[in-house]
Amino acid sequence: MTTTTSRKRLLNGLSDATGGIGDRFRALPKWQRGLAFLAFVAFLYYLPLLGIPGLTWLRTDSIEGGNNWAGVLFVCAVYVLIAIGLNVVIGLAGLLDLGYVGFFAVGAYSVALFGSTQSPVVKALQERFDLPQGWAVAWAICIPIAIAIAMISGVLLGWPTLRLRGDYLAIVTLGFGEIIRIVVRNVSWSGGPHGVAAIPGPEGAPSADNQVFGLIDAKPWYWLALTVVLLLVLAVRRLENSRVGRAWLAVREDEDAAAVMGVYPFKYKLWAFAIGAALGGISGALFASRQGFIEPNQFNAQLSILFVAMVVVGGAGNMAGVALGAFLLAYLPERFRDFAEWRFLVFGLALVLVMLLRPQGLIPSRRRARELKDRAEEVPASV
Amino acid sequence: MRRNYVRALGAVGLAATMVVAAGCQDAGGGSNEAGGDGKCGGKVAIFGAFTGPNAGLVLPSLNGAKLAFKQFTEKNPDCKVELKEFDTTGDPTQATPVANQVAQDQSFVAVIGGHFSGETKATMPIYEAAGLVMVSPSATATELTATGNKAFHRVVGNDGTQGAAAVAYLKNSLKPSKVFVIDDGTPYGQGIIDEVKKGLGTVVVDSDKVQTDQTNFDATISKIKSSGADAIAYGGYTNEAAPLLKQARAAGITAKFLGFDGLYDPGFPAGAGAAAEGAIVTCPCLPAAEAGGTFSADYQKEYGQAPGSYGAEGFDGANVLLDGFKAGKSSRKDLMEWVDSYDKQGVSKYVKFDASGDVEKSKVVIWAYEIKGGQITPKEEIKLS
Amino acid sequence: MNFDELFGHLGQHTVDGLAKGSIYALVALGYTLVYGVLKLINFAHSEVFMVGTFTVVGVWSLLGATDSPPLGTLLLLLAAGLLAAALASGLTAVAVERIAYRRLRRMNAPPLIFLITAIGLSLVMSEAFGLWQGRLVVGIPTVLERDVVFSIGGTDVTNTQIITVVAALVMMAGLDVFINRTRYGRGVRAVAQNPDTAALMGVNKDRVIALIFLLGGLLAGAAALLYALRYGNTRFNVGFLLGLKAFTAAVLGGIGNLRGALLGGLLLGVVEVYAATLTQSNWEDVAAFVVLVVVLLFRPTGLLGESLGRARA
Repeated sequence: MTTTTSRKRLLNGLSDATGGIGDRFRALPKWQRGLAFLAFVAFLYYLPLLGIPGLTWLRTDSIEGGNNWAGVLFVCAVYVLIAIGLNVVIGLAGLLDLGYVGFFAVGAYSVALFGSTQSPVVKALQERFDLPQGWAVAWAICIPIAIAIAMISGVLLGWPTLRLRGDYLAIVTLGFGEIIRIVVRNVSWSGGPHGVAAIPGPEGAPSADNQVFGLIDAKPWYWLALTVVLLLVLAVRRLENSRVGRAWLAVREDEDAAAVMGVYPFKYKLWAFAIGAALGGISGALFASRQGFIEPNQFNAQLSILFVAMVVVGGAGNMAGVALGAFLLAYLPERFRDFAEWRFLVFGLALVLVMLLRPQGLIPSRRRARELKDRAEEVPASV
Repeated sequence: MRRNYVRALGAVGLAATMVVAAGCQDAGGGSNEAGGDGKCGGKVAIFGAFTGPNAGLVLPSLNGAKLAFKQFTEKNPDCKVELKEFDTTGDPTQATPVANQVAQDQSFVAVIGGHFSGETKATMPIYEAAGLVMVSPSATATELTATGNKAFHRVVGNDGTQGAAAVAYLKNSLKPSKVFVIDDGTPYGQGIIDEVKKGLGTVVVDSDKVQTDQTNFDATISKIKSSGADAIAYGGYTNEAAPLLKQARAAGITAKFLGFDGLYDPGFPAGAGAAAEGAIVTCPCLPAAEAGGTFSADYQKEYGQAPGSYGAEGFDGANVLLDGFKAGKSSRKDLMEWVDSYDKQGVSKYVKFDASGDVEKSKVVIWAYEIKGGQITPKEEIKLS
Repeated sequence: MNFDELFGHLGQHTVDGLAKGSIYALVALGYTLVYGVLKLINFAHSEVFMVGTFTVVGVWSLLGATDSPPLGTLLLLLAAGLLAAALASGLTAVAVERIAYRRLRRMNAPPLIFLITAIGLSLVMSEAFGLWQGRLVVGIPTVLERDVVFSIGGTDVTNTQIITVVAALVMMAGLDVFINRTRYGRGVRAVAQNPDTAALMGVNKDRVIALIFLLGGLLAGAAALLYALRYGNTRFNVGFLLGLKAFTAAVLGGIGNLRGALLGGLLLGVVEVYAATLTQSNWEDVAAFVVLVVVLLFRPTGLLGESLGRARA
């Protein structure tokens, strides 16, 4: 089988080449790495203004019928945040969660139901406590509420289900995501199928008078989301290298061995679930604040599956990887609107091709890539 | 050591490039030429689900608008008008950045859309803030015009008027003793059925809610059977109504079936086959023969098929704006005022907006259509008493 | 809560649920076969079913099918539809394995990679049909007029319901015999139990895997025909929800377990109809998933446990 061996060599070469860049980057002196990182961050903040001649074709509004560049970047940033949260669950703790959209929805609906003057919950509170018409919970308070509710729902879902093995967990979480969506659609206290409008942002309810986080210009929203992403990346990075992070690793690699060594798997799995849920909640809250309006059908199972695809395509376990995956999966369908009807077909094809040619993901985690290599070598010669 | 220097130089170079880049900005997309310079014409954005699972409901409207623009250009070669399509797949998530784009690009002077109530609700504050007039061909949710938004107008009757018409039709023509109501849990379907329930009162004996993409309706059919209803009112779209009706007829349910404009769609009789025979569909749209003009024939000629749901509304919505261009209006503000005071016979109905942006109630014409031989044929005008 | 309706016609709702569940069961068998052998969720199986339904549409329109044709034509239509749908679905399933999975299997990739590849592939297939056939429902002629065959105490049992349930049971039994009594079946069980040892014993693993995909596809094709008979419509995205339910059914019964798939499918169908009757039809999915969670809490490997490898035990 010369073709397969040559193909294998080619693939190894490919991964060596990209892995090589990573290694070389890591070999740089610390100040240079820091400088490069700062330059990159500065570039990210500059991105919505992107006007470097020769690079403007990257903008989504550079095509006919193209979408607002800053608006698309905002969605990308929210998806990156989701990918980072889901990466904690899938990449670090190794739990397959197909219902992550549920936490995203919980976060979004928490802000909507407590913060919007049009929500049935706020109206009920107004009536119950004799509050004025315009009263609603302030945005700054809605966000911690959203995080708390998302985290609680993560624990509530995780508590009974985390004892299940991988694939069972997948279907149960998928069911959870659907249950959230259907319940929110069917009951009346959530606004039902009509959704909730007038969701507040940092400057209060959406109105033309808002100076910074206004209706028309999406750039401040992108910068806000980007700041949140960067802060949380740093936080998750610390977590990854902490005791908890190492425990996740141990549980992911071999649950029984971890248990023998005194790492109680269930506890750490539940932590991963809760932290992942909280991150999903934050992204949902951000998303709802910017949108100003949400309806239940925005949170469907297909979106959940897209989230998992972002993590896997980018490279589960590696934050830079999942961020890239999320960015590409949100960005490419917008940039290539010219494909119109064919967009999703091409998207599916791209998904298949990436997975076949680069199963470790675009920027794999080093440990994962090594595992994959090991697995490939374990295959008996006969197969 | 040498390599370190090279790298350091590289980093400095990168930083320098970025500083320079920040200096020489190329605005990218989004040109900033201001409208309203006195010349005839302007650019209009149309947004909606032009791709994706619900595109079938929206494409006729897009085609209608395109046809209007084409005919206008043929008749007025000096007046340069442009229609730009923005696909949202009906998803508010995608519609919001589209609204930002259109709002920021000063060359756009008006908007046709949104096509679904969700995307409309998500974007109308943005268009209002930008002073852009919206003319929607198909967003029918009652609450859209109840929030005091100044930008939003629609050339389609809302769920309230359609619900009332259905009630009138049921009471005066079908005269059922027991009505079973079903909706599909979408804002559209639920909104319209709520109106019907309100209007009919105790004649509604039971109800069920189906869901999008449902294919098996055994439970619903059992409920209809037990209720002994002699008429069914269905609020929703073709994809669920066609299989539901087919299965209900197969199960021996003979009750009259009444649907709304969501089913005014050639796909409905095609999907339900013989079961659709005799079903009534109400629509706030004039039959082609009544509409006068040649819209139906023109559409047929242009696209090789009959105008489906909201095709005429898309055409009317576009014409409201095109008439404005012809009258020399070419700024956002002028067009907003133009639409507010518009008063003219359209293809689907007489178009005149009330203060909230709805078509004036007295001008809404609602017709009952019957499915005959697989065709949607006009039956009678429903008199709103 | 509409208890009167549910208990007033309990028999009727049970029959409806069993008929609905039979189709879940047939599709669930495809998931369970693949899972039993490869330990992975073949997410693209839902589109294998979708391809089957469109094949029925195509073949019937080629043969000029109309509503309620004479008996001879009816039999011809049924035979041709079954043959074509089973073939098309079977070949699609084998193609899925060949294109998407074989390469990853060679690399011994982790299950997550298979899952995403399968998701990509199912997106490609459903979008391809969406582009080709349009996004609206496609009507299928009612070749078999619904007819009440017998009626016990107000419970009407119709011809399509009988056909659906009997066909599901027969195919299930056939598959059971095939897996448990034949040479090929022994190969399947061997690979399910221990692929390496099976390979050493001279079982051609690739062939066995192609075989299970083919079997799953054939059953999905048969399910597609039954679906066309009973529901009379299809659509480009018909697979997604049905596949989700069928997979749920497989897990409910114990994934990898053939009898479990049947039990899970039937149970799920009945639960859904009961729930839709008790409340409104748009709660049935919630009920289905709640039952799944509750069952898994008490029996973490499903009702009958997972055991394709030990199917006999």
